Amino acid sequence: MNPSHENPPPNGGGTVLSLGGLSKSFPGVRALRDVSFDLKAGEVTALIGENGAGKSTIVKILTGIYVPDEGQIAVNGKPVRFSSPRDSWGAGIAAIHQETVMFDELNVTENIFMGHMPVSGTKLVDWQQMRRRATELLKRIDADFSPDAKLKQLSVAQKHMVEITRALSHDASVIIMDEPTAALSRHEIDDLFRIVAQLKSEGRAIVFISHKFDEIFHVADRFVCLRDGEKVGEGLIAEVTEPKLVSLMVGRPIDQVFPKRDIAIGETVLKVEGLSNATEFADIAFELRRGEILGFYGLVGAGRSEAMQCLFGMTPALTGSVTLHGQKVTIASPADAIAAGISYVPEDRQQQGAVLPFGIRENVTLASISQHVKNWFLSKPSELDTVRKLGTRLDVRAAHWEQTLGELSGGNQQKVVIAKWLAAKPKVIILDEPTKGIDVGSKAAVHDFIGELAEEGLAVILVSSELPEIMGLSDRVVVMQEGRIVSVMSRGSWSAEAIVSAATGARKAA
Amino acid sequence: MSALLKHRELALAIIIALMIAGIGTYAPAFVSFGNILRVLNDTSILAMLALAQMIVILTRGIDLSTASNLALSGMISASLAQNSPDLPVIAYIAVALATGMLLGLINGSLISILGIPPIVVTLGTLAIFRGLIVVYGGGNQVNASEMGDVFQNFPKLNIFGLSSIFWIMAGVAIAIWLFLNMTRTGRALYAVGGNPVAARYCGIDLGRQQLLVYVLAGAISGVCGYLWVSRYGVAYSEIASGFELTVIAACVIGGVSIAGGVGSVTGTLLGALFLGIIVNALPVMQITPFWQMAISGAVILAAVVVNARAEKRGVKLILPEARRAAAGAQ
Amino acid sequence: MNSPKRAAVADAGPRNLADGLLRWESILVLLLAIVIAGNTAISPYFLDIYNLSDATYNFSEKALVALAMALLIIVREIDLSVAAIIAVASLATGLAAQAGLPLPALFLAGPLVGIACGMVNGFLVTRLALPSIVVTIGTMSLFRGIAQVVLGDQVINKYPAGLTTIGQSYFIKWPPLPYSFVLFLAAAVVFAIVLHKTAIGRKLYAIGNNPMAARFSGIPVDRIRFWLFVLTGLLAGIAATLLTARIGSTRPNIALGWELDIITMVILGGVSIAGGSGTIPGVVLAIFILGLITFGLSLINVPGIVISVILGCLLIASIALPIVIRKLLGRRA
Repeated sequence: MNPSHENPPPNGGGTVLSLGGLSKSFPGVRALRDVSFDLKAGEVTALIGENGAGKSTIVKILTGIYVPDEGQIAVNGKPVRFSSPRDSWGAGIAAIHQETVMFDELNVTENIFMGHMPVSGTKLVDWQQMRRRATELLKRIDADFSPDAKLKQLSVAQKHMVEITRALSHDASVIIMDEPTAALSRHEIDDLFRIVAQLKSEGRAIVFISHKFDEIFHVADRFVCLRDGEKVGEGLIAEVTEPKLVSLMVGRPIDQVFPKRDIAIGETVLKVEGLSNATEFADIAFELRRGEILGFYGLVGAGRSEAMQCLFGMTPALTGSVTLHGQKVTIASPADAIAAGISYVPEDRQQQGAVLPFGIRENVTLASISQHVKNWFLSKPSELDTVRKLGTRLDVRAAHWEQTLGELSGGNQQKVVIAKWLAAKPKVIILDEPTKGIDVGSKAAVHDFIGELAEEGLAVILVSSELPEIMGLSDRVVVMQEGRIVSVMSRGSWSAEAIVSAATGARKAA
Repeated sequence: MSALLKHRELALAIIIALMIAGIGTYAPAFVSFGNILRVLNDTSILAMLALAQMIVILTRGIDLSTASNLALSGMISASLAQNSPDLPVIAYIAVALATGMLLGLINGSLISILGIPPIVVTLGTLAIFRGLIVVYGGGNQVNASEMGDVFQNFPKLNIFGLSSIFWIMAGVAIAIWLFLNMTRTGRALYAVGGNPVAARYCGIDLGRQQLLVYVLAGAISGVCGYLWVSRYGVAYSEIASGFELTVIAACVIGGVSIAGGVGSVTGTLLGALFLGIIVNALPVMQITPFWQMAISGAVILAAVVVNARAEKRGVKLILPEARRAAAGAQ
Repeated sequence: MNSPKRAAVADAGPRNLADGLLRWESILVLLLAIVIAGNTAISPYFLDIYNLSDATYNFSEKALVALAMALLIIVREIDLSVAAIIAVASLATGLAAQAGLPLPALFLAGPLVGIACGMVNGFLVTRLALPSIVVTIGTMSLFRGIAQVVLGDQVINKYPAGLTTIGQSYFIKWPPLPYSFVLFLAAAVVFAIVLHKTAIGRKLYAIGNNPMAARFSGIPVDRIRFWLFVLTGLLAGIAATLLTARIGSTRPNIALGWELDIITMVILGGVSIAGGSGTIPGVVLAIFILGLITFGLSLINVPGIVISVILGCLLIASIALPIVIRKLLGRRA
C-alpha cells in the first residue's frame, strides 16, 4: 500500500482505496494532473476545491464514467481498472450524487437494486428476497417510508436515503457523497450526519464533497484540497482552520467579511400586499425601498422562490396586489414584470437562467431583445454595445462575446445571466440564490456587485439560504417559514440565532 | 375518480366493459360468444405490434418502421412459399422472423451505435423497407392461390375457438410480461427510459438496451408479417400501410408514456383491444367504416388528455393547511 | 481563470475555414451540385427549362408546409397531422365548389379550415400541455377521418376553371414559373428573414434551446407555440388549395403520407429533431435536393416507391455520415 501519509488515521483504519498519479485531459482542458491520495476505512475525507478544480472529474473516474489518461487506482491494495460504472460498483464504490439521479416511476426497492437485482436459479428476478433486503436496509438507517412507495412520492431527503440504502445494498466499502446536503433542510442534514456517523462506525470510507465549511468541519476527519486539477494540500481537519482551507482552495487569501456599503435608502419602490396562492405561500406582504437590499431567508422549501416567481408572473396568484412607485400593476406574465421594471434571476442557472447553446451576446439581450430592434430587424451592433458594457462591468471572463455559454464556468455563466437581467433595465431586481454552486472567487465578485447595484439606486431582493450572505448584505431580512412570513428584522437588531430560530422554530411546535 | 385514474388499467378495462355493454344493447349480436372470439382474433396482430412498440417507447424511442417491416417480412415469407410451397410452416415463420430481426438490427444499430434519433432513423427505414418490397418482388404481388396450403392454413388453425394468431399473441404477451417484470434487463428498460443518466450510473448500458428493443420489435413485426399475409392471403407493397400509427395509438390509449419509462403489458393489450372493438363494432352498429378513422382519432385524443391529467404533477404543498388538506383527502 | 489580470474579450471568435466548410449548408450545396451533375449526365431532358418548371409542381406544395414545419421543429414541436389537414382543407374547397360559392370563397375555404385545424392542435398542445407527437397522431386520424366520413368513397372533381388554372398555369410565362413555386419562393424569403434577422427568430431559437429559460426571459412560449401550429395549419391549407387546383379532384386519401416527406425535407435541411437549431436556407436546399432527385429518377422511369427507398437512405446517410466522420476524426463528442 501507498504509505504517503505520515499522520496516523484517527480511527486507525487501513487503506481501502488509493489513487496514484491520476491525470485526465479533455480537449483544451487539463482536468486532473497527477493526483494521489488514499481513503481509509472508518474515515470521512472531505474533497474540497472551487468549481472546476477537478472534484467531479475524480468522482467520475471513481464511478467508472471517465477512464483516467494516466495513473492507477487500487482497491485494498489490488490495482483495478474501471471501464464502466458496473466495474466501479463491483469494486465496492458507490456514489450519492448532487441531484438525486434515480427513477421516479419505479418503487424504492427497485431503485435500491437497479443494476444488481438478485436473481433466483432460473435467472428471474427474486422479488421476495429483494423486498426483504430492502426492508432490512431501510430499517438500518431508520427510514420512515415503505419499500413499495414510488420514488416520486418521496421528498428530496428521503430520496437521498434511498441512495444511501442503495450503497449499503451492495455493502460498498467506499461511499462518495457529492454535495449531499445541497437541497436538504437543517433537520434533514442532521439526519444525514447521523447516518454518516453510522457508516463510519461500520468501517466504510466516505468521500464528502461540500461547499459549506461548517459541514466539513462537523463531519470530516481528513481533507484533500484540489485547485486547477492538482492536489494542493491534504491533512487532518482537526489541524486546519477555515481561512487556511479557503486560501488553499483559491490560492490567495479571500476576504470573507462582506463589506456592507453605506447606501442612502430612498422612497418605497415596491409594495406587495396579501400575495397568496393555493398551496405554496400565503399573505406575503412587504415593502422595498430604493437602494435597499431586502434579504429573504428560510429553509429550503419555505416557499420563498415560489412567492418570488409568482411576483414575477411565472405562476398565477390567487390574491394579492403589487404596487410599483405608487401605482398598482397587474403582472400576469414575466413579460409584464419585465415591462414594469422587475427582473428575476432564477435559482436554477442551467434550467431557468441560461440558454447554454446560445452565445454570450444572445443570452445577455434575450430578456430585452425589443430594445435592439431597428426598423423591424435586430441590430447586432446595438446588441454588442450592451453586451460589451455589461460584460465588462460584471467581469465576464471569456474569449469572445459569441462564445457559447456551455463553454463557460458556472461563475461566468451566472455573471452572464445577471447581465441579462440588468440589460432589461430593472427598478427592482430579485436574486434567487445568486451564489449557489459557484466558486469562492466568483461568489465574492457577485456579492460586491449586489452592493454596487443597490448603490446605483436599484431595489434588491436577495433570496438566500446562506446566513452569512444574508446577514452580510441585507438591510432588512424577511424570514419565511412554511409559506408565510414569520418575522422581519433589521440590521443592527438581528442575530444569527434569532433569524435561524424564526426560520425553524415553529416547525417543531406545529 | 382520482383513485380510478391512478389505476389506469382498471379504468380502461371498465371503459371497455361499458363500451361492450353499450354496443351490446344496441346490437346484441356483438356480444355473442362467437363474435367476441372473432374480435380477439382480429385484434391479435395489432396487440403484438403494440407490445413491440411499447418496449421501444419505454426506452424513449419510437419505431415508425414497424408496419413497413411487417410488409417486407411478409412479402419475403410469401415468396418463399410461392417458390417452395411444401416446406413445414415453421420455415415460413422463421424466415419472416429472421427478416424482421435483421431489419430491427438495422434500426437498432443506427440508433445505438451512431446515436441518430429514433424518429429520424425509423422515418427513413419506414420508406426504405416498404420500397424494398418493390425492389425485391419487382412490383408483383403474391396472391393466395400462389402461396400453398401449408402457408395459408396455419392461421386458420383453431384451438379452443381461438385462432393460432391469438395463441401466438398470448405467448408473446406472457413472454414480454415475464421479460419486463422478472428479468434484470426488463427492469433496466424502465430505468433507461425513466432516467438515462441515472441508469448509466447504475451500470446499465443504454446502447445495448436500444439494440435489444429494436431487434425484439423487429422480430415481432416480422412474425406479424407472416401472420398478416397468410391470414389475408395477399402480399404486396401496400399492406398495413400507415398501420404504425394505429399501433402507436394503441400504446397511447394503453397508458404508455411517449416520454419513456412508463407502460405495462396489460395496459397495452387493453389499448389494442379498445381499438379492435371500435373497428369491429362499426359494421355491427351499421355505421359506415368511413367513421373508423375519425373515431379512433377522437379516442386517441381523449386518451392522451385523460392520461396527462392523471400524470400531472401537483404543485408543491408548503402551507401547513394545504398539507393537512392533502393528507385528509387521501 | 484565477488570474486577477483579465484579457480583453473579443467581439467574435476567430473565423475558421474548416468550420465554415463543415457547415451543414455547405454540405447541402455540394450535394445539390452532385444531384444536378448526376441528373444532367443521366438524362438529356433534365436541363430542359419546361421540364424543370414542371418538376417544381412535385414539391412546391410540400415545401410550403415544410417551412412552417421547420419552425415548429425548431421550438421542439412537430405536426404529424399536416397531410390530414391538407385532406380536410381540400374537402372544404370541394364542398365550397359543390355549393357553387364564388371563386374567392373557394380560395379562402382551404386556408380557413387549415387555420382552424392548427388552432385545435395548438390548443391541445399548449393549453393542455400534451406532447405534440401524440396530439398530432390523434388529430391526423381525426382530420382525415372527417374527410373520409364526409366523402365516403366519393370523389369531388368538378372544380371551376378559375381555380384549376391557378394550379395548372404559370405565374409568369418566361421563365415558366408555376404559381405554387413562386408562392413557395416568396414564403421562403419571408421565413428566412423572420427567422434569421428579427427578434421573433431569436425567440424561437431560445424556446428550442431552453423553453424554461425562455419563459423566465419574458418570452410568451406557449402563445408562440400556439401560433406556430396555426401558421402550419394555414400553410397546409394553402398547399391544399394549390394541390386541389392542380389535380382538380379531392379524395379522402389525398396527400396521404406527405407528413413524412415534409419532415424529411426539414431534417435533411439540418433542423435538429431535438430543437433549437437549423436554418431556412438549409431547408430550402434540402427541398431542392429531394425535389430534383425525385424528378431526375422519374425521368429515367424509376418507380416512385424505389425513389422513396433512395430518399430514405439519403436521409439516414446524411445524418449518419457527419457522425461517423466525427467519430473517425475523434473530435469532441
